[in-house]
Amino acid sequence: MQFFLEVLLGGLLSGIMYSLVALGFVLIYKASGVFNFAQGAMVFFAALTAVGLHDMGLSLWLAVPLTMVVMIVLAFAIEKVVLRPLVNQPEITLFMVTIGLTFFIEGLAQAIWGASVRRLELGIEDVPLEFLLEHAGMAISQFDLVAAGIAFVLVAALAIFFSKTKVGRALRAVADDHQAALSIGIPLQQIWVIVWGVAGFVALVAGLLWGARNGVQFALTFVALKALPVLILGGFTSVPGAIVGGLIIGASEKLAEVFLGPYVGGGIEGWFPYVLALLFLLVRPEGLFGEKIIRRI
Amino acid sequence: METGRKIGGVILSFENISLSFGGVKALTNIGFDVREHEIRAIIGPNGAGKSSMLNVINGVYHPQEGEIIFRGKHRRGMNTYESAKSGIARTFQNIALFKGMSVLDNIMTGRNLKMRSNFLLDAIYLGPAKREEIEHRKKVEEIIDFLEIQHIRKTPVGRLAYGLQKRVELGRALAAEPSILLLDEPMAGMNVEEKQDMCRFILDVNDQLGTTIVLIEHDMGVVMDISDRVVVLDYGKKIGDGTPDEVRSNPDVINAYLGVAH
Amino acid sequence: MFYREAGQFKATYAADNQIFPIRQDRIGMAMILLVAFLAVPLFASPYYLSAILIPFLIFALAALGLNILTGYAGQLSLGTAAFMAVGAFASYNFMLRVEGMPILVAFALSGLCAAAVGILFGLPSLRIRGFYLAASTLATQFFIVWCLTKIGWFTNYSSSGVITAQPIEILGYTFHTPASKYLFVLVVVSVMALLAKNMVRSNTGRSWMAIRDMDMAAEVIGFRQVHTKLLAFAVSSFYCGVAGALYAYAYLGTVEPEGFSIELSFRILFMVIIGGIGSVLGSFLGSAFIVLLPTALNVLFHFLETGLGLDLPSGISSSVELMVFGILIIFFLIVEPHGLARLWQIGKEKLRLWPFPH
Repeated sequence: MQFFLEVLLGGLLSGIMYSLVALGFVLIYKASGVFNFAQGAMVFFAALTAVGLHDMGLSLWLAVPLTMVVMIVLAFAIEKVVLRPLVNQPEITLFMVTIGLTFFIEGLAQAIWGASVRRLELGIEDVPLEFLLEHAGMAISQFDLVAAGIAFVLVAALAIFFSKTKVGRALRAVADDHQAALSIGIPLQQIWVIVWGVAGFVALVAGLLWGARNGVQFALTFVALKALPVLILGGFTSVPGAIVGGLIIGASEKLAEVFLGPYVGGGIEGWFPYVLALLFLLVRPEGLFGEKIIRRI
Repeated sequence: METGRKIGGVILSFENISLSFGGVKALTNIGFDVREHEIRAIIGPNGAGKSSMLNVINGVYHPQEGEIIFRGKHRRGMNTYESAKSGIARTFQNIALFKGMSVLDNIMTGRNLKMRSNFLLDAIYLGPAKREEIEHRKKVEEIIDFLEIQHIRKTPVGRLAYGLQKRVELGRALAAEPSILLLDEPMAGMNVEEKQDMCRFILDVNDQLGTTIVLIEHDMGVVMDISDRVVVLDYGKKIGDGTPDEVRSNPDVINAYLGVAH
Repeated sequence: MFYREAGQFKATYAADNQIFPIRQDRIGMAMILLVAFLAVPLFASPYYLSAILIPFLIFALAALGLNILTGYAGQLSLGTAAFMAVGAFASYNFMLRVEGMPILVAFALSGLCAAAVGILFGLPSLRIRGFYLAASTLATQFFIVWCLTKIGWFTNYSSSGVITAQPIEILGYTFHTPASKYLFVLVVVSVMALLAKNMVRSNTGRSWMAIRDMDMAAEVIGFRQVHTKLLAFAVSSFYCGVAGALYAYAYLGTVEPEGFSIELSFRILFMVIIGGIGSVLGSFLGSAFIVLLPTALNVLFHFLETGLGLDLPSGISSSVELMVFGILIIFFLIVEPHGLARLWQIGKEKLRLWPFPH
């Protein structure tokens, strides 16, 4: 029982990490109707830039804000070069454009910073929390707990932003219909820069946390793929959904690996979340929190 | 409208049809019939449930209550495939053409149920598939001639003007050689000349091929001119049923259209 | 001036329905086939044959498969490489375990295996659409590769997971030179491309395009979603399966399940996007492009380093390759979403008018 709880908690916490990446997707999809496949690449790029600057001698306190500036510049560039010419194109075109963006950003990151793995030290140890170890006999990583805390704060802030502020409402209008939003005077370009900038910020946070855990390497971009089952479960447009989805995926993935894995030779983590998402879609094609799509004849 | 054709017996009838979506009642207790070879119009203010009625006829929606009797057989739960196979074809309010294909290909899709080829024969092409393709092409070209759209047969449909798209959609429905043709606002958005052309096509189809036509239309002039009988819907209920003259002088119908408080 | 249709009237529907209605196109195609079948094997270098032409043809076949599913039938799939893997490993096992199995039969059977898997994993498409469907095809991709890795039977219990494809032999003749392998692949790919072209321009193709463009209206006309979508998955997977078998037998020689990764699936998707969605020609153009790009970049960088004396970090070539891929995809989607195939068409239109401006 103890072991089960330990695996469960470990899974939940690693699920939070997935949620962080998924959050970026949700933001952009919610606000621009674009499924930004490049989110993973942005995570990678942000982490690599921060680490790269740090390795060049800048303290993290300087490197991180500087990276944020870079991400904002990137947001501007993406809006101007990629999004503006494609206003009101079908979703599938926009999705494929972000695949192109993914490769571009990955290539750019490697061209600037090289292809070797970089270590990132954030000062939080990946060791079991003393308190829990002594009192409950469970080994839960301090790092995971801090990451969870950060994620919750981010989610709360974003949820408030979307529902309570004027900008948040404008973002939702844009997600619904670009042309209609334009016609009522919403400054589409500004909105998109804001959104991609915020998504860049989320990507940076996710990148730093993931990078500190696993090292900053090219494989980070494939975390984006893992975010897809999270989004399917939680819905593409729901901020709390991204968290719930992440928790479910993280927990089920770990539990499946530990308890089912030994019977089939292990390695289940690679496909289990996707199969789970697939089965889920068969029952509920819009996800847990997603909006039901109504089609008129 | 005088014609030489004979209107036959009842081919389609509805009894107590009720349809709701969640809490919204789209149709309540609708009952009327359609006679073979006639032109039956369904009219009513916006939101009255006319398109829903058409969708019930060809199996897109299944009513929660009521009976549909088609050629003597009771069928409530008929799905779209079965209704297409039984000889019902339709056009849509918001044009549902296949935008990526040419006019010719779009109309050829209407021949689908008449084609017996499978993908293997198609892949080889020479032999049965080729013969069938040409045989059906001949029929489709007759329709293209009839609708006077020869000059745009190879144009991708997405590039055509609205009025021409509607004509192509009619062509696609005709390609299936239906016994019942359902037309959902076939003249919406057209100017006077286009409407005259469309009227002419509809009347010719009904006259020469004997196709039964059920049509939804807002233009009262057209409805009164070409239809044999009219059904009037308002808020999902039937408020009038009869010849155009009868319906025109029905006080309930007049109230509905002028918006007198219910 | 040269490319005029003047005087070429079609008096029968049969003539109008030809794949190449314009005489100049027919001549052009005949010349291409002549060059491909005769000139190339005689004059091309072994390197060019093995490293450029053979993969070009094989990927074109896979891209054709994906184009049928995604381009014509509108079902976005990220699992192409998995179906190729099924084809490769099925062929291997048929050749290994069935005494005297002819290789072409093995390929056909492995295509059918891939088709069966395609139908199974295509079932979700009946309920799911758009990128939800794409996301669920990831399940296909990862699960199948995992199966092939974990279930030892597929790799004949090889400790490294790598299998070596048997030599290609037909009626006693062994295809072991690059030129002979090239011809083998060329014949298979040409025949399958012709079959595909016939399918897409007939009722089968129309049924796929109808489901892609408006599946509700398609149902009303009588195209059944179940039949049409699953047929698309089946045919597409068949093509990818055969491509996978060719990949193992005529190109790499040795394969492992991990070689059919998600990166390969994306690569083939790019070929379809850049070459042109919904176009047989586009599959070939896209494949040519993606196969040639790394070589072209390598040559470019080699020139920059030696010719201009620039000192570039190693690995820059692959980073730039990624960037160029990305830029090109973005470029094509903005400027010409229908890819190289449409640019080719536009080029031909202009050629008809040349030397007049309009």
